Amino acid sequence: MTGILIIVAVSAALGCLLTGSVDIPASGVWDSLTGNEVAKESWRVIVTETRVPMVVTSAVAGAALAVAGLLLQTCFNNPLAGPSILGISTGASLGVAVMILALGGIMAEEWGQYLNILAGALAGACAVMVVLLVMSRMVRSATMLLIVGILVGYFASSAIALLNYYSSQEGVYSYAIWGLGSFAGGSLARSGIFAAVTLPIIVLSMLLIKPLNAMLLGERYAESMGVAIQRTRLWLLLSSGTLTAFVTAFCGPIGFLGLIVPHIARIMMRTSHHAVLLPATALAGAATALLCAFIAVAFGEGGSIPINAITPIIGVPIVLYVILNRKKLMYFD
Amino acid sequence: MTAILSTRHLTTGYRQGHNETVVTDDINVDMHAGKVTCLLGANGAGKSTLLRTLASQQSPLSGSVIIAGHDLDRMSRTELARLISVVHTSDTNAGALTVEEVTALGRQPYTGFFGRLSAEDRDIVNESIEAVGIAALSSRYMATLSDGERQKVMIARALAQRTPVMMLDEPTSFLDVASRLDVMRLLSRLAKEFSTAILLSTHDVGQALSISDDLWLMRKGAPLASGTKSHIIASGEMDNLFPGRNVRFDPAAMDFR
Repeated sequence: MTGILIIVAVSAALGCLLTGSVDIPASGVWDSLTGNEVAKESWRVIVTETRVPMVVTSAVAGAALAVAGLLLQTCFNNPLAGPSILGISTGASLGVAVMILALGGIMAEEWGQYLNILAGALAGACAVMVVLLVMSRMVRSATMLLIVGILVGYFASSAIALLNYYSSQEGVYSYAIWGLGSFAGGSLARSGIFAAVTLPIIVLSMLLIKPLNAMLLGERYAESMGVAIQRTRLWLLLSSGTLTAFVTAFCGPIGFLGLIVPHIARIMMRTSHHAVLLPATALAGAATALLCAFIAVAFGEGGSIPINAITPIIGVPIVLYVILNRKKLMYFD
Repeated sequence: MTAILSTRHLTTGYRQGHNETVVTDDINVDMHAGKVTCLLGANGAGKSTLLRTLASQQSPLSGSVIIAGHDLDRMSRTELARLISVVHTSDTNAGALTVEEVTALGRQPYTGFFGRLSAEDRDIVNESIEAVGIAALSSRYMATLSDGERQKVMIARALAQRTPVMMLDEPTSFLDVASRLDVMRLLSRLAKEFSTAILLSTHDVGQALSISDDLWLMRKGAPLASGTKSHIIASGEMDNLFPGRNVRFDPAAMDFR
């Protein structure tokens, strides 16, 4: 099963490298990657500064969102939890909206704008996480906490709508473009930074495998087996929140991946044991995102279809399948 | 015989801000190794509150719980998990774990940071699965088991925790009669075999009486009555268990009618 995921990931990555608005022969792509003499200099630039960053960004973003989704699903004992459901993505989006809209659609030099978006996303996601954490001390029920998350998400959405209503056309336009979501990555340097900040958190989340397994039995059982519930919840929310904030800052709000990929991984691996499921989810996340990125380019007719137009097409059938087969998909009871 | 667990002037209840709601006042009881204690009482009598307090999943309003010579208050979660195991009836999301994997979770208080099992841990897991009589199921997924089988897995997991005290909150409430008897007999056997002090709350008075050594009777707003089974039955305390309800305890049948 891991083999299938690796094959999908690698072929989608190759597809992304070989497809694009400019036709570049495979030899040209290969020469660009290996640093050999390339027939046209523009090919080298396109491959290293556009296509490779897209592959890196999709793989890392997919893995990050999927892991965040898995952590939240286990934390809340709810198969329909995910970064976008809990309001964390929306919180990050609100932060970005404040940066782009309230501060007047800053069209400063690229890196400045970029840091602003990153700071906004982190601040927004953190704000939602603080609300969730404070509430988690007051409400013990995970289901109630999930409802709080959904409400916070609505609140942030309406704040975004209000900001949009009162801001300049130019600001609304640049926010709308960002809001479409994209794995384009921008440049090799940008995607490198994204990978460098995100991958360590994915690796750190592997340290939570033991308490995550105990939490499958519910909080009361986990507690009776020595798990410090409050502290574990704090770590789970912190890591999933940070992962979501980074992805949202770099790629825009990407829906669905965090919700569906953990299910794909469970169905394929036939286990909920996190020692297997967590790495498998990261891999499946990378594979799914690469596949979405490839579809976006391959059917983009010279451009790239917004990622958020593709994830629901893959995601909705999977969510419906999961809901309709709750009994058959054994990991629910 | 020294008690493995005892309470001193324990008052259970809920605290919200400065408001205290007392559920049961001044509880002084003991549990002994190898003995099965049944906690009986009508719904709302405070059985679950007491069980949660004894397992340190809820703070007492006052008084203390002493387990193996230590105050419950001063123990870390891990220390506690090596002394008290718990079984209750609540939904889990463990359907895609195997019986062996769920039982192995019981070793968590002993394993390291990554939860890797040592050879000794594996032996204890296998021994627990066999003691509960579910060896044939060990590689089956939880989702494929019946309710009775699942409850046995949860008991095997509690057993793998190798605690001197095991507490079960209505462990048979969703089971058919055959499975109920099965679980009750299993508990009685495990108490002797592993010298575990077992405390269970249940509504199956007849079946509980047949396996219990000691009884704790709880009635809303009244002190907890405790003692050996024969002592409690002889004292006529059983008739007070459901005040104002049209039931009486029949000592010959060992059940209410």
